[in-house]
Amino acid sequence: MLQDIANLFHGFAVVAQPFNFLLMVVGIVLGVIVGVLPGLGGANGIAILLPLTFSMSPTSAIIMLSCIYWGALFGGAITSILFNIPGEPWSVATTFDGYPMGQKGKAGEALTAAFTSSFVGALFAVIVITLVAPLVANFALRFGPPEIFSVYFLAFCSFVGLSKEPPFKTIASMMLGFGLGAVGLDQVTGQLRMTFGFPEMLNGFDFLIAVIGLFGIGEILLTMEEGLSFRGTAAKLNPKVVFQTWKILPKFWLLSLRSCLIGCWMGISPAGATPASFMSYGIAKRISKRGHLFGTGEIEGVVAPETAAHAAGTSALLPMISLGVPGSPTAAVLLGGLLIWGLQPGPLLFVEQKDFVWGLIASMYMGNIVGLLIVLTCVPLFASILKIPFSVIAPIIMVFCAIGAYTVHNNTFDVVMMVVFGIAGYFMKKTNYPLAPMVLAIVLGDKAEEAFRQSLLASQGSLSVFWSNGLVSTIMTLGLIALFWSQIQSGWNRLRAAHKGLRPAE
Amino acid sequence: MPSFARSLSLGVAICFGSAAALTAPAHAWEPTHPIEIVVPAGTGGGADQMARAVQGIVTKHKLSKQSVVVINKSGGAGGEGFLDVKNSKGDAHKLIITLSNLFTTPLATGIPFNWKDLTPVAMMALDEFILWVNADEPYKTAKDYIAAIKAGPDGKFKMGGTGSKQEDQIITVALEKVTGKKMTYIPYKGGGTVAVQLVGNHINSSVNNPIEAVAHWRAGKLRPLCVFDSKRLDYHDKIAGNMSWNDIPTCKSQGIDVEYLMLRGFFMPPGVSKDEVAYYVDLMKKVRETPEWKKLMNDGAFNQTFMSGDQFVKWVADAEKLHEGLMKSAGFLAKK
Amino acid sequence: MSESVNEAGGAGPSHRGVEIGVAVAMAILALIGIYGSLQNGVGWGPDGPRAGFFPFYVALIVLISCVVNLATVVRRMDGTKLFAEWGQLRQVFSVIVPTAIYVGLVPYTGIYVASALLIAVFMRWFGRYSWLVVALIAILVPILTFLTFEIWFLVPLPKGPLENWLGY
Repeated sequence: MLQDIANLFHGFAVVAQPFNFLLMVVGIVLGVIVGVLPGLGGANGIAILLPLTFSMSPTSAIIMLSCIYWGALFGGAITSILFNIPGEPWSVATTFDGYPMGQKGKAGEALTAAFTSSFVGALFAVIVITLVAPLVANFALRFGPPEIFSVYFLAFCSFVGLSKEPPFKTIASMMLGFGLGAVGLDQVTGQLRMTFGFPEMLNGFDFLIAVIGLFGIGEILLTMEEGLSFRGTAAKLNPKVVFQTWKILPKFWLLSLRSCLIGCWMGISPAGATPASFMSYGIAKRISKRGHLFGTGEIEGVVAPETAAHAAGTSALLPMISLGVPGSPTAAVLLGGLLIWGLQPGPLLFVEQKDFVWGLIASMYMGNIVGLLIVLTCVPLFASILKIPFSVIAPIIMVFCAIGAYTVHNNTFDVVMMVVFGIAGYFMKKTNYPLAPMVLAIVLGDKAEEAFRQSLLASQGSLSVFWSNGLVSTIMTLGLIALFWSQIQSGWNRLRAAHKGLRPAE
Repeated sequence: MPSFARSLSLGVAICFGSAAALTAPAHAWEPTHPIEIVVPAGTGGGADQMARAVQGIVTKHKLSKQSVVVINKSGGAGGEGFLDVKNSKGDAHKLIITLSNLFTTPLATGIPFNWKDLTPVAMMALDEFILWVNADEPYKTAKDYIAAIKAGPDGKFKMGGTGSKQEDQIITVALEKVTGKKMTYIPYKGGGTVAVQLVGNHINSSVNNPIEAVAHWRAGKLRPLCVFDSKRLDYHDKIAGNMSWNDIPTCKSQGIDVEYLMLRGFFMPPGVSKDEVAYYVDLMKKVRETPEWKKLMNDGAFNQTFMSGDQFVKWVADAEKLHEGLMKSAGFLAKK
Repeated sequence: MSESVNEAGGAGPSHRGVEIGVAVAMAILALIGIYGSLQNGVGWGPDGPRAGFFPFYVALIVLISCVVNLATVVRRMDGTKLFAEWGQLRQVFSVIVPTAIYVGLVPYTGIYVASALLIAVFMRWFGRYSWLVVALIAILVPILTFLTFEIWFLVPLPKGPLENWLGY
């Protein structure tokens, strides 16, 4: 342990070298740009910038790349809050309350809350990595297909359940999402599904295209219907907004802690940041006193998913380093980088490449702090984007949406689909079909199905595999509890009310 | 005569190549805008890594005046990438890096594509396959493992692999032929995941490429049993304990008569000129001379065979026949 | 779609009509899904569900939900509530149409030229900016995008004759 701390300080010394520090700042800025531009995103951005780092030492290279990663994580929240366009799957849940906050003129607050929560989540995860890395590294090994499926199951259950919309509309929307997610190649049998011989359909419907269309384009159409303005233009630009928001945030310490734990757990058990963000949002909605207001612009609805997503995104680097299993697509590209620099990720990396590992961990601390400072100083700048007149910003958003949709698979057909999704999103929103369950289903549906079928392959068709050991049974049970939470809660309330002789509160 | 023609055209290609390398005369073709490398697989996989390594090497050593761009087109088991290149007739600024899905994807999915629709450029290397088990298992040799499979019921042993109806599953089916027992094949998305699933004992064995599993071997978590090649690997550095890649016996010597190597090569769209192909053959030769490339080969214990021209075409044609035969007997061909 | 007039005097399609339309459209998608998954085999094989199993039941549930939604709309919803006024819908379509044209143009002119046109049309039509401002923004944004994606990040986007002529 003492040895580790000495190593960590050595790592700080490595990171604090002027050249490395400069790379860090460059990396963060590049990362924010990459995160904001739709279609570049963390994974693509790092893949694109990877060759730049070949001429550096591995330590410098990983410092720069991981800072791009942090930057992209921070940047993803910006478009979600300002334009309802999440650039990464784990930013989807941030739009639910972040965008309404922006609409109410509270974009600055939402951005500050998002950035600060990202920071808290990431920092928590780094501390976990520093302190207990050797202990938790092997936790991921216990996750076979049934365990992975149970995690997705829990994510669905904690998110679904209570919805204000008519239940059959929620079901239709969610199931449609599953259906769309299934289009393309079936991973388990290698068969093509529902492509009907069209080469354009081979890709299936990527979540990003659906989300850009449903949320981004759909929102522009709604705005047009209501007259030409983003309602956010009313936002007063206040440089002090950061500090004002910081005064409120400590109130949510319990929420943050819970989200951090969810995030770390999801990140280490390589399920990733996306289920973490949805799960954290869903649970916060259930537990919070203001839960019924979620979706209308609650700051808690920004804190919960952002904290969890970044705790997960950061802790996902642990299984990557120690086992060579990437917890996210971005981590997968970083992993490729490690191999190209001649570093073998795996249990021995901690022993043989101390400089590198502790340099990376130290850069996580420093990168986060530097990143937070950079993005927070830019909050007023980002928020002022909403002041640009609608007739100028709308076509530019449209162009960036199109670029984002194109770069997913480098396919112009996806751009067409984006517009189709946009129109569908407009009509669905107007007729009260909730879009969030649909997006959740597109994002996680095929992964969940794959894990389910892998499990059954291994168990030769027996469903009992989902209750075969303590770990998977616990997660499945938690899922069931989450699914029937509202019934459990109302039952509990009724019990208590009966006890007190009062009518249960709605 | 054919062999003469082959060596002649190969000679021409080499002449063009070396001439371009030395003096870059005016008549040799040069790219005029960025070169695209299409990867018919997702980011982070073996083909993607190799494409990005080539990109980095070309950039670092300034081997080309134009920059190199890598794009992933992984839809439909890579079918999307192949169709894209097939449809870019005459585009001399496009390359595609292949893995076994060059053969397996059209056969398994019926996507209208064949390698003959492309212009072969060069084979960069061949990727090896090794039979791995968890180090805690009692099987010390491939013979032990095969004996255990034979002694157990059908489907008792679980083999993990990358994708469905692709190279890993083809090898698994070949193993089933040897043992006469069914194995339960579980497809995962990437080779790294498969290796970790094996470490976590969720599967009994895998046929990971060396680079995917080497870290776990060195950490004493996995044990290599045999390599699916005709000869032992030519890497003598000690990797794990006092074992080197060279110490792993061939599967054939263990009574498993299965050989399988995966092509890592470059192809171009149809309808490109000889000069254009020659440029890339030469470029790839220069890439192979760099220390970065040699390190990559060493780390991944690749089979470093290089081929271009007719020799390469013949190799690819043979490989296609092999795949067709294997996939037909496994029942993996798409229903027409 | 039935027409109706609301109290405020504006006219437009009824909410009920649009609800029916959305439900029917979803039902059609569901039927396509059912057809598609039947081709893959919807049974439960010896090692768990086959490729079409999940899509089939998912599509079936969509279909059932659509029927329920349709029944609810037909029975409960009154036909006088407006979906939107025609004027509002005209606004919406004035975005959809140029966007659709934009998307159609991208494969032919490349994304940069098409984007310049889209921005110009929008700014001139809705914003009524002077031609100078319109030209400035409509040309600068695609150029900046070009520099960012093609030059700095080396991400190729669709290009057309203009870019080819310029040597890209």
